[in-house]
Amino acid sequence: MTDQEIIEQINSSLAEEFEFALNDMTPETTLFEDMGLDSLDVVDLVIVLESAFGMKIREEEAIRKIRTLGDIHTFVINKKRQMESA
Amino acid sequence: MLLKRVVITGMGVVSPFGRGIESMMDALLAGKSGVVQVPELAEITGMRTRVAALATGVDPMEIPRKFRRSMSNMSVFATLASQDAAAMAGLTGEQLHSGRLGVSIGSTTGSPQTMQEFFRDFGIDNSLERMKSTLFFHIMNHSCASNVAQALGVTGRILAPAAACSTSCHAVGYAAEMIGMGKQDFMLCGGADEFHPLTSGTFDIMNAASTAFNESPTSTPRPFDRDRDGIVCGEGSGILLLESLESAEQRGAAILAEIVGFATNSDPGSIANPDASCIAGCMRLALEDAQVKPEQIDYVNAHATATEQGDIAECEAISNIFGNTVPVSSLKGHLGHAMAASGTLELAACIEMLRQGILIPTLNLEHIDPLCSNVQHVHGVTRRTVATVIKNNFALGGVNSSIILRRYP
Repeated sequence: MTDQEIIEQINSSLAEEFEFALNDMTPETTLFEDMGLDSLDVVDLVIVLESAFGMKIREEEAIRKIRTLGDIHTFVINKKRQMESA
Repeated sequence: MLLKRVVITGMGVVSPFGRGIESMMDALLAGKSGVVQVPELAEITGMRTRVAALATGVDPMEIPRKFRRSMSNMSVFATLASQDAAAMAGLTGEQLHSGRLGVSIGSTTGSPQTMQEFFRDFGIDNSLERMKSTLFFHIMNHSCASNVAQALGVTGRILAPAAACSTSCHAVGYAAEMIGMGKQDFMLCGGADEFHPLTSGTFDIMNAASTAFNESPTSTPRPFDRDRDGIVCGEGSGILLLESLESAEQRGAAILAEIVGFATNSDPGSIANPDASCIAGCMRLALEDAQVKPEQIDYVNAHATATEQGDIAECEAISNIFGNTVPVSSLKGHLGHAMAASGTLELAACIEMLRQGILIPTLNLEHIDPLCSNVQHVHGVTRRTVATVIKNNFALGGVNSSIILRRYP
């Protein structure tokens, strides 16, 4: 998958789960303020990403620092690359 | 006897005839059936019944995702019906958030559909890793009550009675008692259930579900009829807004009817089979609670689900108290049996019968079973003065309940 394909997959998965318009999703979009997610949604966000990319990320320390959609893109892209090189 | 008088100032329903009391009453008066064939039932090994009364006219997307994410269908039904009841009563946001308004809404179980989805996934690899954070809110026993309170911003008491087919009768009765004791001024109360094959299957294995009319669904159930062959399960929600008379008068609310009596008792003789003397005992307790004599009752809205044992026991109990002069009918022929919702769907129809001075007959009652001929059945839509009615519900588990309504003023 290219980085762009990963970003598109992330955005479409989150748009479907959280009923968010794709057009409104930019790397600067914040999860809590802009998307209106809360602590329950963050649990489901992790499950959605794990399911979409076939990876386990729940215990990753870096998850706790995610604030924007761009943070998710970077996190998943890095994780995918780590998995591919492992 | 209630210390404060309790009246009904709002109602909302989700039924097989859509959302709203008007569409349900139009269908009941027109003698329509909400029962349809359900093809998925034919795919289940051992399931003989293939019909159900499914709710229609509901758009879950009306509820914002923030609230909807913790709801299964039963909570969606209960929330939309509660919104309609609150709107009919003209409640303000301030009243909903006052702490003086509570919720008393029950269901037979938490969401069977969500439980099925969870255990199907869990069974694949014994893993919780795909479990969503909102699962619990679908399957907890107070799912409907809590979801309604969250969506409407209710800050008062929460009660979630569960007594299968008696659930919503209990929910209304206990809500009335709470207002009667002065603990709350308003209560949103009733029941909701969502259809799942487990419900039909429960009755089917007990030989209590209708199986002979799978090709002509609108011909079943047939309460009191000699050719009846059992229950048809349904779904939906009926919600009433109860209020102290004092509060309703103070704010100039339109009063739909008054709740004057409620009773419930347990039948330890059998967890499954109804007993005429226990049913009669429950109705007598309700009459005492209302301080009403049997001859003052104008109509009996029977539980009558079209099982042989239930219909005959209820007729015997009604006959023992009211003789054969008080009109009796069941609305299960139109609505099927919506389980925890059935009591309040039928109470809503009773309120309209009081207001309109009209009695609705039992749909599909063509040839009265000789063992059910000891009461006076309503024949055709009948116009007459209706001032006081008693409404029965009886549940698996040996739980009987009766409510007495009076026209207001």
